[in-house]
Amino acid sequence: MRSLDRKLWRELWQMKSQAIAIALVIVCGVAIHIMFGATLEALRQTQARYYQDYRFADVFVSMKRAPESLRARIATIPGVVETETRVVAPINLEVAGFPEPITGRLISIPDNRESRLNRLYLRQGRLVAADRDDEVIVSEAFAGAHHLTPGARLRVVINGRRQTLTIVGTALSPEYINQMRPGSLFPDYQRYGVLWMGRRALGVAYGMEGAFNDVVLGLASDHAVPEVIDALDRLLTPYGGLGAYDREDQASHRFLSEEFNQITLSATLFPALFLGVAVFLLNVVVNRLVGMQREQIGTLKAFGYGNVAVALHYLKLVLAIVLAGVVAGIFTGAWLGQSLAELYMTFFRFPFLDYRLTWPLVLGATLFNAGAAVIGTAVALRAAFALRPAEAMRPEPPARYRATMIERLGLQRFLSPPNRMILRHIERRPLKSLLTMLGIALACGITMVGRFQEATIEHMLDVHYKLSQREDLAVTFVEATAWQAISSLMGLPGVERVEVFRTVPVRLRFQQRSHRTILKGIPAGGDLQRLLDAGLRPLALPAEGVLLTDYLGQMLGVRAGDRLLIEVLEGNRPVREVAVAGLVKEYLGVAGYMELAGLNRLLREGPAISGAYLAVDDRVRPALYRRLEEIPRIAGTAIREQEIRNFHRTMEQTMLFFTFIATIFAIIIAFGVIYNSARIALTEQGRELASLRVLGFTRAEIAYILLGELGLLVLLAIPFGFLIGQGICALFVQGARSELYRIPLIIHPSTYAFAATVVLVSALVSGLLIRRKLDRLDLIAVLKTRD
Amino acid sequence: MTAFHDRVFLAQGLTKIYPMGEIQVQALRGVDLELFAGEFVVLLGPSGSGKSTLLNILGGLDSPSSGAMQYGGRNLSVYDDAELTRYRREHVGFVFQFYNLIPSLTARENVALVTEIARNPLAPEEALDLVGLADRMDHFPAQLSGGEQQRVAIARAVAKRPEVLLCDEPTGALDVQTGIRVLTVIERVNRELGTTTVVITHNAAIAAMADRVIHLSNGLIAHIDRNAQRQAPHEIVW
Repeated sequence: MRSLDRKLWRELWQMKSQAIAIALVIVCGVAIHIMFGATLEALRQTQARYYQDYRFADVFVSMKRAPESLRARIATIPGVVETETRVVAPINLEVAGFPEPITGRLISIPDNRESRLNRLYLRQGRLVAADRDDEVIVSEAFAGAHHLTPGARLRVVINGRRQTLTIVGTALSPEYINQMRPGSLFPDYQRYGVLWMGRRALGVAYGMEGAFNDVVLGLASDHAVPEVIDALDRLLTPYGGLGAYDREDQASHRFLSEEFNQITLSATLFPALFLGVAVFLLNVVVNRLVGMQREQIGTLKAFGYGNVAVALHYLKLVLAIVLAGVVAGIFTGAWLGQSLAELYMTFFRFPFLDYRLTWPLVLGATLFNAGAAVIGTAVALRAAFALRPAEAMRPEPPARYRATMIERLGLQRFLSPPNRMILRHIERRPLKSLLTMLGIALACGITMVGRFQEATIEHMLDVHYKLSQREDLAVTFVEATAWQAISSLMGLPGVERVEVFRTVPVRLRFQQRSHRTILKGIPAGGDLQRLLDAGLRPLALPAEGVLLTDYLGQMLGVRAGDRLLIEVLEGNRPVREVAVAGLVKEYLGVAGYMELAGLNRLLREGPAISGAYLAVDDRVRPALYRRLEEIPRIAGTAIREQEIRNFHRTMEQTMLFFTFIATIFAIIIAFGVIYNSARIALTEQGRELASLRVLGFTRAEIAYILLGELGLLVLLAIPFGFLIGQGICALFVQGARSELYRIPLIIHPSTYAFAATVVLVSALVSGLLIRRKLDRLDLIAVLKTRD
Repeated sequence: MTAFHDRVFLAQGLTKIYPMGEIQVQALRGVDLELFAGEFVVLLGPSGSGKSTLLNILGGLDSPSSGAMQYGGRNLSVYDDAELTRYRREHVGFVFQFYNLIPSLTARENVALVTEIARNPLAPEEALDLVGLADRMDHFPAQLSGGEQQRVAIARAVAKRPEVLLCDEPTGALDVQTGIRVLTVIERVNRELGTTTVVITHNAAIAAMADRVIHLSNGLIAHIDRNAQRQAPHEIVW
């Protein structure tokens, strides 16, 4: 079959621009599929290996203080195989040259042995020496954010006492793959640090000698979790237990799970979309490409080439394009996936990354595309094979044109002959026109999904930080504090307004559903923290009952008026039934809200508070920060401006990277679709157009006939594209909802404008390229031969 | 006049109806015909007389609606697609009015396209030499004149040493001088290789080259003429 193969390569070369356009569409589909697939696979593998190798605990619990002797009793709870008691202390830190408040958490590690659970992965330096009380290991993220290396010194306030510690190592822990200040939505490695110290030294510093305030457990199997938690809670209640929880409620793991869900969604939705669109186009293009070779197929068959030989020939042609696209797509995807995975690495603190392409991923992409191409080819060939060669070689009988609907309505006098030709073309082959339009509309739609999030994120920020969280600073106390603390806050330099709040960890139960979250008490009529209704209007806080974040309400399946069971997870752990007064609109985080005094009553406590929101005078911030650090009761200070920056950075890191890629790919796909449609139209109508030229039509006139049809289809396709785009965005928004954030389905006009511009520019460029080909149409050759 | 004894084709009661756009065309209305080995036959008739349809059925490019077409004692009309393909591959050479060369292949490669699937072919170069194109073998169709393209098509058709050479208006798209060169080549193939040759034309002058001239009209054989003496193409005046 050497001559046939030669024909194949020559024809490939001839249609190179078209082949490249098709291959590019495939590259995009495959690259997205591989990028997400490989990243997701890498993250999952890495997490699993890390958890296993570094013994991530199964159950966690903190308490006020328990004697070390209790360890033996905990260890005998059925199902428990490993027990590690720890001292965990909230601290304030000072890093030379960094003016803002830094808070953190100091965790004990065993003095003379390796941890049984949550082992450290030492990145630099060494573990602390058992006989030293001034050595500390800091988390790699914190060290990196402040350029701290072993040997550097840190000033730390533990339990109100200032101490200078020497860094001996930097490390990572499976417990802090995501490292966030409790209550924060996004990580901030500069202002929150995790540190480790020897058990004895920390015990002395924190007043926990011979005692512990935190324990982590390893279980034989997941099935034991509920019983172990129950037993543990019963055992620890006298010691001020704060409620045991499993991995699902462990902050880092939960965040990781949410993020993985998010990535999984993207890794499913985007590739399915892009690959789907690419495959659809491939099928349409291949079908028409082979369909146009009807006469050559007839000729080959006339010489005695069998169906199999002819089919193989065209399959080879199509697969050459497809496989080139698939291979390029796999490499592009693998490369982008590596970048994406590395990007996530800066976000999730894994010690290593298990990144590799897996065969199912590669095979899936290959088979999916090759399959679509084969089907498209097969459909076209079946039509060609159905004809006797004599018929196939005969020019197609004149197509059955008829007056279009518009003309039948008597409007033809408004249409010039070229316009009539355009309309009749479209109406004669409605399916073809519809498929072309669908292709363009899909390209328009996927352009939107890559874009809409950017404007939406700004909206989320505005709502959360301008309408709802309006404080400059939020301070939290080490533990619940008497209401009088407000006056000492008022006395701080630059403080203009103080609004207190009370937070308490709770488990909310409704019917068989439950969720661990925080319940927040705020004073009615506050200005710094406002709750919003569904229409984003400030909501008056009801005197009775609890308000829930709308998403939390949906998770629990509650509506206003339902009665919710609240299990308080600290103090004497009361369980109360409270009516749901309503839902509040929140895009970030989830929580329950009550009027402050109502919450104090529910907790059977006096007017206690957990922290306060401050409005401050910007000019005296440095002085204020210094004063805040000196107050031992303050466990943490969150700066709103910084929270906004953290939010931006996180979103940019995780989401905007792939929306950027998605946008680029969508543009390529849009161009690929439109260029191919135009190119095929040229081949199909070339003879007819050349004949018109011979009859005296100008180049511009025949270009109008050819490109006018395309232009009309493009214009008709754009509104459909908007609808498709809305659908895809809705799907994305629906799937991307998580406890961390919900992206509202708000499609900014600029997104529509962008998608329409991409389509129109693609059409314009395709039109110009086709116009050049039209100008070079060989009239003599057209007249001389039959096609 | 040469006497032909070995019957190659036997057609009995051939009819063919096919749809053309919205109308049905009755191309053949009952044709009975015999063709003999080595014979040069011209099918003559106006447009729509059914000559192309008859040629297509002879060549296995089409099947009759009714009636039988026997080739060497086997009934082509019951052949399925694969059998017809093998029949064309092994026995038939085609020359079309519009050459139907593959534009992406050179002259030599167009011929090779056929010799590669034939059992005992001429070398492509030999076939092109036969039609006087030895020096233009590496030209693409677009670089060849109409007559040259048609001679490539003839080389392609005869390179497999077919039993039958079927030519549909081989000179239809050519000027007189070129037409004569092409006919000379066809005549030479018929004479030197002994290939049964059927040529369709609506040019009555070409009929003088034939052993027999079959006149078709309106889907039927009107009459058959026998030439006592075949004329050489260059003697023909049209």
